[in-house]
Order: sequence, then C-alpha cells, then structure tokens
Amino acid sequence: MTEGASLSAPYTLEFPFERTVGPKIGTFFAGLKERRLFGARAERGVVCPPLEFDPDTGAETGELVELAPAGTVATWTWARSRAGDPVARDFAWALVAIDGTAGSFFHAVDVGGDPSRMQVGMRVRVRWRGDRVGDLRDIECFEVAP
Amino acid sequence: MRDVAVVSFAQSPCEAANRRDDMAGILLPVIREALGAVGVDRDDVDFFASGSHDFFEGRTFAYIESLDAVGAWPPVSESHVEMDAAWAFAEAWSWLQLGEGDIALVYGIGRGSLAADLDQVLPAQLDPYFLAPLRPHRDALAGLQAAAMIDAGLTSERDLAEIVVRSLSAATGNPYAQKSGHLGVDQVLDAPYVSTPLREHDVAPVGDAAAVVVLAAGDAARRLGDRQAWVRGLDHRMDTHYPGVRNLTRSESTRVAAARAAELAGFGASEVDIAELHTEYSHAEPLLASALGLERTVVNPSGGPLAGRPVTATGLVRIGEAARRILDGRAGRALAHATNGPALQHNLVCLMSGEAAA
Repeated sequence: MTEGASLSAPYTLEFPFERTVGPKIGTFFAGLKERRLFGARAERGVVCPPLEFDPDTGAETGELVELAPAGTVATWTWARSRAGDPVARDFAWALVAIDGTAGSFFHAVDVGGDPSRMQVGMRVRVRWRGDRVGDLRDIECFEVAP
Repeated sequence: MRDVAVVSFAQSPCEAANRRDDMAGILLPVIREALGAVGVDRDDVDFFASGSHDFFEGRTFAYIESLDAVGAWPPVSESHVEMDAAWAFAEAWSWLQLGEGDIALVYGIGRGSLAADLDQVLPAQLDPYFLAPLRPHRDALAGLQAAAMIDAGLTSERDLAEIVVRSLSAATGNPYAQKSGHLGVDQVLDAPYVSTPLREHDVAPVGDAAAVVVLAAGDAARRLGDRQAWVRGLDHRMDTHYPGVRNLTRSESTRVAAARAAELAGFGASEVDIAELHTEYSHAEPLLASALGLERTVVNPSGGPLAGRPVTATGLVRIGEAARRILDGRAGRALAHATNGPALQHNLVCLMSGEAAA
C-alpha cells in the first residue's frame, strides 16, 4: 500500500432492533397515534414525556394523565436543518414545558426559519404528523400557538 | 485504603485525522513511552484497562484491535469500558484497592475522525425512545445547556469567549494540542454559531489520539520514581438521562462526586493548585467550577479539551495532565474531572496529591 493511502468501504449506520417499550412509554406512543398526549405522575409533578421511573426517587412513576398538546418554550438553540430533521428549514431544538407538567419535552420548534421569532416563554403547540405510526416522530414538531 | 499513585503518563499529539496509523499503531508508541519512563516492562503490568467507543469505529468490539499494542499472549488480565477511559482508570484504581496486583496500565484511544458524519453517529448514544428518533445534531443538547446558563445569568457569550481565549492561549505551551493560538475575544465572538449561543471555538475539536496512565500501589509506586501523584480520592455519579427532567444549569452529580472524593482524600476540590476539567464546551467550565467550588484554582493549564478532544481519551488526559503537574513538582495537589454522556450527565472527580495519606 502506498504511504498515506487507506482502504475504505461504504457503511450504513443502523439500529436493527425492535424494542418492547413497557406500559408507560408504550401507552404514550399509542396515544400519539391518536393525537393524544400523556404524561406520568412523579414526585415533582406530571412528567411529559412519561418516564417509567421517577427521576427524583427512582420509584415507578404513577398513573398516566392526558394533557393538552401545548406548552411554553423553556430553552432553545438554533439549528441548521439537515436531511432527515423534523423541520425542512432552519429551526430550533427546544425544551418545551407542556402545560400542567413539571419539566420539559425535547423536540423541534418551527418558526418559519426565522430565529428572531424564538423566545423563552413563547407559546407553542404540537403539529401532528398526518401519517402516524405510534412513535415520537408522530409529533412532527411544535409550532407557534396563535 | 491502599496507597495508589499515578507514576507515569504519556499521550500522542491530538490530530484532526490520523489516516497513517490504526488503533494499535497510534497506541503502541504511547504505551512504550509511558512504561519506559518508569522502567517497567509490559510483562510487569498486572492489569490493563481501556476505554473507547465502538460508535466511532462503526463495528462491535472494535477495541480488540488495540490489544495488539498490549500484547495479549500469554493471557493478560484485561478489561474495557465503553466510555471515556477515565472510567477505565476508576476501574483500575478499584482493582488495585482490592489488592489484586501492584501495577496497572490504563489507556484511552479515540479516533473520532473516522465517522463521515458525527451528527449521524452521536445520537446513537441517546435514549432510543425520546431522543435518538429526533437525531439531534451533536452539539444540540450542549447548545440548550449553554442557553439555559445564559438565560439564568450564570455566564454570557463574552465570558465564554474569554474562556476560549485563555484555553487556546494556554495550549500554545502544549505540544500535544490539536488547536492553539492567541485569539482575541472579539475574533472569537465573530465566529459563526454552531448551536446558539455556542460558536465555533466554544466546541472542543474532535481528534485522534491515545493516552496512557500507569498506576502503581504502595512500595511498587515508591520504587518506580522519586515522585508520585497519589490518588487520594475518586468518585463518579450520574444525573438522570432525559434533559427535560434535569436542571441543566447545575451539575448535582459533579457536586456529589466531589464531596465523596474529598471525604476519601482528606482535602476538597477548593484546596487544589490546578484543576483539569473535561470541558467539551466552553460553558461547561463555569458550570463545573461552580459545582466543584473552584475559585482561585488554575483551570486547564494544558489548554483543556477546547484545544483538542481525542474522543474517549479526553477524560483520561485530564487525569494525566493533572498528575503530570504533581510528578514534575509544579503542583502539590490537583483535581481531574471527566465526563460522559449528553450535557455533562455523568461526572468523575479525582483528587491527587504529592503526599500519600498520613
């Protein structure tokens, strides 16, 4: 082999497994398919998305609670859109505090590609995907609430 | 506790991409240098521990290739962690505490340059239900953390630029740094955003390098050199994974790990001369300094990770750089911090001293 040359081969990164997601996360995903949003009761309040275990105590979380699919932006960072991203133009990754919950939901916020429209405390709502399959991407992104 | 010390440290220069050498090729000269400095033969090592990620190589058990540089015949006692090699150091330290042997060699080898697109690779480390399906780009969660800190009034973009300027300037004295230079604050603030409020220089540059630390216990450590960097306290703790249920502006896991390490060491983080912190982003420095209670301590005299981030060796380099300053007499006490996981989820604190426990 000549100095500096190296072998290379095409490679596809994949995670070819199916998982059983359990009673809380499973119900949450099934809810998304029906355009319904659920959180789970924990010591600090309702957490959405629901976790199987309480982030503060480690105990099993409590019952699921249905929530309105809307909230407030707690923190955001601006991102350039790439192939496969939830929004096809530049957008914000954000932590959205869903109404009635303690904590926040990590997802994308679409403000038409204009970062000057992003603000902490702004009201947003879920934009549902048309063709839903029962996973996180059933939420296409959050959008500005009128 | 058994007295256990770092007796030697070596690293290879951090390169943006090393296409000449394979894993073993990068590692072998570094192992030779670290062992040669204390006159130890490879056969005298009782335990080898390493840290690396298969993610970067794109195949399972990728680290096996690095064992060519260790020499696995006749069979050796060996272990590997799928994380930063600072945790391999923690394992080796525990192993020596158990009295299983006297000399351990810890190595970290990272080839972050191998991935054609790290934004495709790094989300694979996130939870597969709520985070990985969105495939946030590699700096997104750090950007949120930095934004949360600025919103909370804990730092500013100018403060972060000053950290970058200080770090890259310190790195001009570090021949292993991937990036160094005397930049101006305004120059740093003119660089484009990577993930607001983080700009180009706020993000540690990923590179390829290996690091090796040799640990020895008691009399073996005293026999191997005139000075030792005694590991007086070590602990690591983890915050919960999902960023939405964490307070991203605080690092409770770092605080708890530091308190436990101080309890073991007999001195605290605020009493060290220098601290090497695993800051993959500039905003991690004020966050960690606050959690550790650092005030006047010199932070990252090597330049720190902002000057070069050999993936999965970066934390071990912090331990090595901190120990080196005790070994060469420039520091009496030193702290090393390492992190793993998104937005400083998992943190390790190691307190070292030129003096063994009384």
